[in-house]
Amino acid sequence: MGINFRQETFRDDYSFKNSPEQIRRFPFPFPEDKYMYSVNIEPHVPGLKDTVFEHLFDVDEHYISEMQDRALVLAEDPLRCQSLPHMELAGWDTLELLMTEKAKSYPDLFTLTRDGDKWHWINRPLGIDDHFTFGDSSTLPYGPLEYITRQSQGDFAVLDQRDNNLWMDAGIVTTQADWSLDFDIGMNFFEWHAPVPLAHQMGVFTRALKFLMALQQGQPSRRHNWTMTINSRLDTSPENFHKWGTDRATVTPENVGQKVHLRVEVQMFFRLPRSNALLFPIRCYLLKMDELVTSPKWARRFHRVLRDLPNELAEYKGLVRYRPTVVEWLSKYDDGAPTSAGLGPD
Amino acid sequence: MKAGSNRIEAVVTNVVAVNELVKRFHFERADGGLLPTFSGGAHIVVEMRDDEKTRLNPYSLMSTPLDTRDYRVSIRRDDVGRGGSLFMHRKVKLGDRMVISNPVNLFSLDLRAKKHLMIAGGIGITPFVAQTSQLAAGTGNFELHYAVRNDALATYADVLRERHGSRIHLYRDDHGETLDLARVLATQPLGTHLYVCGPAGMITWVRNTAAAAGWPAERVHFEHFAAPQPGRPFDVRLAVSGVEIQVGEHESLLEAIEAAGLDPPYLCRGGVCGQCETNVISHDGKFLHNDHWLSEEDRQSGCKIMPCVSRFEGKSLVLER
Repeated sequence: MGINFRQETFRDDYSFKNSPEQIRRFPFPFPEDKYMYSVNIEPHVPGLKDTVFEHLFDVDEHYISEMQDRALVLAEDPLRCQSLPHMELAGWDTLELLMTEKAKSYPDLFTLTRDGDKWHWINRPLGIDDHFTFGDSSTLPYGPLEYITRQSQGDFAVLDQRDNNLWMDAGIVTTQADWSLDFDIGMNFFEWHAPVPLAHQMGVFTRALKFLMALQQGQPSRRHNWTMTINSRLDTSPENFHKWGTDRATVTPENVGQKVHLRVEVQMFFRLPRSNALLFPIRCYLLKMDELVTSPKWARRFHRVLRDLPNELAEYKGLVRYRPTVVEWLSKYDDGAPTSAGLGPD
Repeated sequence: MKAGSNRIEAVVTNVVAVNELVKRFHFERADGGLLPTFSGGAHIVVEMRDDEKTRLNPYSLMSTPLDTRDYRVSIRRDDVGRGGSLFMHRKVKLGDRMVISNPVNLFSLDLRAKKHLMIAGGIGITPFVAQTSQLAAGTGNFELHYAVRNDALATYADVLRERHGSRIHLYRDDHGETLDLARVLATQPLGTHLYVCGPAGMITWVRNTAAAAGWPAERVHFEHFAAPQPGRPFDVRLAVSGVEIQVGEHESLLEAIEAAGLDPPYLCRGGVCGQCETNVISHDGKFLHNDHWLSEEDRQSGCKIMPCVSRFEGKSLVLER
């Protein structure tokens, strides 16, 4: 298989970029030329080869660099990973799910050997070879959730299910679109979604909660969300807003192609077997505008979506300041021709 | 979302007569692998193919969640029911192939609890057999009070006592032993969660006693294990699919809808989870609501029915299915 892992940064000199193959597999989120909220949930089943849905947990060319960036964030701010005391069992559930799926999907990169509760885990890209006792945190260098998510791309929220609600009681959050685990920890589903405009009135959250509470083991689901990010920074957190907020004022017609990124989150939902908790992985993919316009269809469609986005949504997503500049830049790539159906590049 | 789309081919690897009313069935995967991990309180749905009729009944898993080489369920024979338990007791034999669902947990432990106080009546003991195994394997603090008719029907009392000693308290009707619930509730440490599984009357009694003693509803968890009841046959028109069906005496409305080739969602098949809630387009007759899901307003409105357990008597019923 052979993934060609890139050495790159998501801060300072921002050397992140996508290879042409990685651009082709980008999870472009717009099925039509306009955008409005929808629950857009579909079964999370292994999908087509050479897409990010080929395996339940995608590992791509940014894996090693993303894990290095996560370690930097955690070193500065350990509260990016938290687990309330009753969530330890869900941490072990998470570790089991990620290890078994990674070893199954990428046998040349990851190996898991189980002998009762004596487990042996090898992660070749990160140079990890550990023996530990499943269920005994003292045999790992970190708690089970932190241990395995330091080796897994994307953020992870772990939701306890009780009292007819879901509770954000554990997680690791270092690649987020401006939300904070430390702020949300212990909140229920309606509390942590309170800042989202329009959707409450549309009944989106009531329906989504009902669906999630009934989610069953062995039948994971996924949806996507999107926003935009200036510079290829993964850690666009409220905690570090002073470091990245002002970047939004630096967009000019000359630097749109390299500086402005479409940011897509593939959000997944898994029922965890021992704890009956829900695991909510949020995987972030970045695409530069220069990379996006290598697909004429994506360029036309994204121009139309961004141009016609309702103001409330632009405000919530933090795009207001640079939206006109980006729309103007994208308009050069939109000749008005119709776009084909589907999400693929062409 | 439904269990039926994630079915597991299983083989019956043991059938044990536990006492005069209860039989235990062991299932292993037909392909020999491990079954999915589960948590105490989970159930599976067992598909029973009884000649041309298919029944799907939920049963609590009562084996330890730590060992998933097999799943075990204990089924009490119900001589006046729709025949699911009779089918299991009379027709299912060692080596039979059956289809079971992935585990679903609608009665899970609240892992924040400092202590778990469990009250069981009769066959309601089964989810607690799994939960106590799960808790005993860790540091979980629990106490189980178990009411039975007599020693002969004290299903698994001996096993539980052997495993958990003085944490198990048994009350035998025929010995005049009664559970002093008010006293038990009054002596629990702060942070205790209460769980009850048993006949409807017992659940009501425990919930009311706890409420009167000031227990917050969030700390009281209960599981009804009511099966659909038989009743008079009735006709239904499914408007969306344009099909007329008849619901037989020993068939649930949900099973009749499935027999017509439709695939409505479900989880519990016991009137609790709300998944199969169905809109009524029109009716001329009387609903027999047997669920624990619909509100009193929903029932009064005549606009909704839970087809897993509820029935209808009258001239016509049209559903949005």
